[in-house]
Amino acid sequence: MSIFKKNKPEERTEEYGEYEESYYVASQWQLMWRKFRKHKLAMGSIFVLVLLYLGGIFCEFVAPYDLESRQIRYVYCPPQRIHFFDEKGFHLRPFVYGLKRKIDLVTLQKSYKEDKRKKYPLQFFVHGQKYKFWNLFEADLHLFGVERGGVIFLLGTDRMGRDMFSRIVYGARISLSIGLVGVFLSLIIGLILGGLSGYLGGVTDTIIQRIIEILRSFPTIPLWMALSAALPPHWPPLRVYFGITIVLSLIGWTGLARVVRGKLLALREEDFTMAAKVAGCKDMRIISRHLLPGFLSYIIVQMTLSIPSMILGETSLSFLGLGLRPPITSWGVLLKEAQNVRTVALHPWLMIPVLFVITAVLAFNFLGDGLRDAADPYH
Amino acid sequence: MLVYIARRILYMIPTLIIISVISFIIIQLPPGDYLTSYIAQLSETGESVDEAVIASLKKRYGLDQPMYIQYFMWINGVLHGDFGQSFEWNKPVSELIWERLALTMAVSLFSLIFTYVVAIPIGIYSATHQYSIGDYFFTFVGFLGLATPNFLLALVLMFLFYKYFGLSVGGLFSPEFVEAPWSWAKVIDMMNHMWIPVIVIGTAGTCGLIRVMRGCLLDELRKQYVVTARAKGVGERKLLFKYPVRVAVNPIISTIGWTLPSIVSGATITAIVLSLPTTGPLLLRSLMSQDMYLAGSFILLLATLTVIGTLISDILLAWLDPRIRYEKEAA
Repeated sequence: MSIFKKNKPEERTEEYGEYEESYYVASQWQLMWRKFRKHKLAMGSIFVLVLLYLGGIFCEFVAPYDLESRQIRYVYCPPQRIHFFDEKGFHLRPFVYGLKRKIDLVTLQKSYKEDKRKKYPLQFFVHGQKYKFWNLFEADLHLFGVERGGVIFLLGTDRMGRDMFSRIVYGARISLSIGLVGVFLSLIIGLILGGLSGYLGGVTDTIIQRIIEILRSFPTIPLWMALSAALPPHWPPLRVYFGITIVLSLIGWTGLARVVRGKLLALREEDFTMAAKVAGCKDMRIISRHLLPGFLSYIIVQMTLSIPSMILGETSLSFLGLGLRPPITSWGVLLKEAQNVRTVALHPWLMIPVLFVITAVLAFNFLGDGLRDAADPYH
Repeated sequence: MLVYIARRILYMIPTLIIISVISFIIIQLPPGDYLTSYIAQLSETGESVDEAVIASLKKRYGLDQPMYIQYFMWINGVLHGDFGQSFEWNKPVSELIWERLALTMAVSLFSLIFTYVVAIPIGIYSATHQYSIGDYFFTFVGFLGLATPNFLLALVLMFLFYKYFGLSVGGLFSPEFVEAPWSWAKVIDMMNHMWIPVIVIGTAGTCGLIRVMRGCLLDELRKQYVVTARAKGVGERKLLFKYPVRVAVNPIISTIGWTLPSIVSGATITAIVLSLPTTGPLLLRSLMSQDMYLAGSFILLLATLTVIGTLISDILLAWLDPRIRYEKEAA
């Protein structure tokens, strides 16, 4: 199709000719980037993901409160509304009202009402709670906050009076990084086993392919559950984190191994590989200069598409109580609070982490789709 | 055909052996063995530990022997229907699992049927109305369904039902039927409760299949023979269903191989959220309390049934589509 379009006379303007020239001299990566930019959904997803990851990386700064800081006077407080208008009209600087607690004497339910007399303007780059940034140096600067005496709970608080927004931002660091670390581990296993399978062929290939098939025919969740239940309960949180990641990637490597093997087999038979061999290239040079660029893009696509299953796997395990445990807080750990339907019905904001999980997973899927279209030279 | 079936069954044997080894490893993973936990449990409740009982149990499970002999004793027992002892329930495992497994399979089967019944018509609609509002709507819903994990969907549904209808959805039976023996009324009652888990479990698979069905049918509709038939004046309806749909359905059927594991997997976690009397909640509980013979048996049987289900679907497919049979035999 595209060939026909290019030859249409009315499209051969001056500008187009220039475009075409740069089109023919562009490198493979430039071509991909050009195609990728046209994929609006994927570009939007990159933006969303960068935002989420920045939040995760700088969570101490973005979150107005600490992970564990408890406001005992504000238990199960619903999300606060941010106002632009008061009785005097519009304010450029948004503000929140103070909260008044009322306890129903019969049901002992706590309810919160806005106290219109107290007004706390939202401030950016404020000094607030002290924290240790990346465990390296002390700081107390926060992206936003309110004056002393006021509180800001953008997404409400949980049963201990901890700010949900802060906890979700802290959780992003764990949930989003586990996807990356898990995919990285899967990549290592996939490259080694897929590479061996494609390079050696024969019996090795058959055995590895059979193992992959068996692993793929296994229902993953029961297996994940069993493996993560086997992690000793006395392990420190950080080791549990890596344990869970290893469990996830022990099953997740199969997709990557298949891509590596398939591409390796196809590229090995190409004429240019033979030409390189005839020209006297060493094996390492053939692999690094001729084969790797050929399937690197496919590996990146496959990696992007396997991150969501890692994130979902961790979320499910933590939700069931078999995965990460507090004090390590991921989105799954937060959702564990939302297991009981009665609690959720009274405090629906406890389910907000669901939205973040879905957003991250969707964004990775769209990004992967965009990358796949861009990396496919025949598309 | 018979040769094909025989070959497939032969291929299944190494798979089953590896599954059994993995299950055995899972049983052995926690520190200590079944007997130590049993003794610990007995002394916790203050009961005296009978040396003779211990010795006989030790002999029965070969606990004083090397690992591979233990494996053979265990698998020998499994083949004779003895899955070991659940120390949490103090019952043989085989008494606990079968009804739950049967219910799991029922839920999975209905989910599978739901997946196909919903996905194929929507896929056809999306492909024939490409870039229409309906197509965009289903594409959007499809992506959303793919991104939402089962248990979150279950959670959201439970919340909505509770909030707007005051219903607490969960379980597979009404209270009066939970303990009742099986009867026709109980089956009907189960069917009434079945649709929520079926929708929850089936959604992810449905969304995936809609994408596949749409893509396959679009490819097929662009082919020459469709154009030829249209040029000759074949009616649109006949044109669609006579060949393109039939060709496009085949790849869908052959995806059972990966749909089934994901459905069983989804059924496990959804069952925990919705507290269905299937394998999920019991598996979680046994893993939490390290009741490993029970957990291992569940893993073993879930995986085995999945593999058998895949085998049956492969045979059905080969029977439906002769091309597959010949391709495999030629290879």
